[in-house]
Amino acid sequence: MTTLTPMAGKPAAKGGKPETRRAKAKKRLTSRTASVIALIIAILWTTPTFGLLLSSFRPAEEIKTSGWWTFFANPSFTFDNYAEVLLSDSSAGRLGSYFINSLVITIPSVLFPVAFAAFAAYALSWIRFKGRDTLFIGIFALQVVPLQMALVPLLSFFSSNFALEDEGKFIQIWFAHTCFALPFAVFLLHNFMSELPGDVIEAARVDGANHGTIFRKVVLPLVTPALASLTIFQFLWVWNDLLVALVFGSGQDTSPMTVRLAELAGSRGEEWQRLTAGAFISIIVPLIVFLSLQRYFVRGLLAGSVKG
Amino acid sequence: MATVTYQGASRIYPGTEKPAVDKLDLEIQDGEFLVLVGPSGCGKSTSLRMLAGLEDVDEGSILIDDKDVSNLPPKARDIAMVFQNYALYPHMTVYENMAFALKLRKTPKSEIDARVKEAAELLQLEDYLKRKPKALSGGQRQRVAMGRAIVRQPQVFLMDEPLSNLDAKLRVQTRSQIASLQKRLGVTTVYVTHDQVEAMTMGHRVAVMLDGLLQQCDTPRALYETPKNVFVAGFMGSPAMNIKTVPLTAEGAKFGDVTIPLTREQVEAAGVGDAKTVTVGIRPEHCKLGEHGIPIEVELVEELGSDAFVYGHAQLGNENGAERFVVRAGSGLLPQLGETVFVQPEVGKEHVFHAETGDRI
Repeated sequence: MTTLTPMAGKPAAKGGKPETRRAKAKKRLTSRTASVIALIIAILWTTPTFGLLLSSFRPAEEIKTSGWWTFFANPSFTFDNYAEVLLSDSSAGRLGSYFINSLVITIPSVLFPVAFAAFAAYALSWIRFKGRDTLFIGIFALQVVPLQMALVPLLSFFSSNFALEDEGKFIQIWFAHTCFALPFAVFLLHNFMSELPGDVIEAARVDGANHGTIFRKVVLPLVTPALASLTIFQFLWVWNDLLVALVFGSGQDTSPMTVRLAELAGSRGEEWQRLTAGAFISIIVPLIVFLSLQRYFVRGLLAGSVKG
Repeated sequence: MATVTYQGASRIYPGTEKPAVDKLDLEIQDGEFLVLVGPSGCGKSTSLRMLAGLEDVDEGSILIDDKDVSNLPPKARDIAMVFQNYALYPHMTVYENMAFALKLRKTPKSEIDARVKEAAELLQLEDYLKRKPKALSGGQRQRVAMGRAIVRQPQVFLMDEPLSNLDAKLRVQTRSQIASLQKRLGVTTVYVTHDQVEAMTMGHRVAVMLDGLLQQCDTPRALYETPKNVFVAGFMGSPAMNIKTVPLTAEGAKFGDVTIPLTREQVEAAGVGDAKTVTVGIRPEHCKLGEHGIPIEVELVEELGSDAFVYGHAQLGNENGAERFVVRAGSGLLPQLGETVFVQPEVGKEHVFHAETGDRI
């Protein structure tokens, strides 16, 4: 936002009081021009999605010969694409079971790192112990290690020690996703938790709370916006992940929907009409997750706690 | 109900040489209201936090009711604390804020309810029990913080500058409320402030601290009348005492041409170690304007209605040149700026200190 602020230096014309940065930002973001720009962006973003939705209901020949907007002039409607990807027994079908695989992979791969990161971030912000800062810097530094670096060691660690087969490979995938997510998750939650006013934590200690109680009753409720955003990001990342799933979970039993979608189009991409329906099915869950968690994005959770 | 005893308690922060609190010895009686006062950084808050269990006791020990609590966690000490910035739980209602500690102790629900209602009534918070802290004014938040302490019925109340975030009028009002509340509940209270007016008006006894050392602990009147050293003399009282270091003669202290007579014992004590000077403190309210005395050139007159304070400079005949001097004048005829007035200190009301050690003589 700061790069778009040619007006920032001007004092407020009305009211006489100098406006705070926050008030200024709020004013700029709620002005009429800003609303119009937001509306245009929303339309630009939504139009292709809408086109994809329409295409998924059009017959295969029509998708391949004309654009989706011709639907309005020449409506033709079919469930064939959905039926093909969901129900048919051919190589193209059975998206349903992959859908379940995706859920089985994603839910633990989100809950584990978020939970572990919350514990770790609390300990790193509010429990005094020797070497705490060094440990935190170490975790922070791990973020720069590319995921691809860890693929081979992690895979050989699993295959030489555990030799998991079939559904057991889910454990590999959960473990890998948790490992890759933790450095950033710890860093993000630590930033939020350490910003909480120390007096509130101390007040809870004097009130007789131990660390477990402070974590559950005081800290967690106050960092819900951070938890919600972390959950959404991790969910989208895991849900859309192809690389980790292919490396650690190859095989029909454990492949998520992304693997299936890549195969759907056919080996030479000639069957891409199936992708329209497949893509739409895979969008639904992240959309639900986002819409149900966005109500936790509340500002001013800390208001009224401490003064000054 | 409990006594509190500091026995040579010290706090040395890691990585520092000088203790933040240096061998503090202090006994607080059952039901007493003790005020810790001093300039910022003097160790008063640290002393309180050591008692609360939020800071380690590096040397010595702290006893509550003859039980050594130095190494106990805060929850095992049965104390309640009011923080400077209230430190309310922002996601809980006023009721939940007050009930939090009781819930943790698994107090029966009916008793929690009764105690919270009682405290709310005492603090006039009944109408706000369902509100969150952000929907309260500063004074109400402060009362919630007090309520959170009261419902616990602890052995000791700890208050860390609880009034410093209130505006002046509310502060005076709340000051007397806290004092009378403490009297009614009869709970031993340790109260930290940097405001000497709060200390004088609220405390049964006041402990003055500087640089981690306890300077003097006594009743407000004793602190005012017989300050133990120059620091306490200058800290207690408003406006501050005029403390001047002037030449010492056999008759007394020479303020320019005026000599303030000292007894022979005082002169002898002041002269220990070949000191040629003596430090004399004169409170602004213990002076009269008159025809002769110490000449002062008036620079500022502060009128407060009931009385007025005259600020000026005096030539005291020492090497510092002209020195600032404050005198209380009646509300009658006030001197003009630039005029020279003559100040007569009341005999016997001066405070005499050793010029080098600063100790009272």
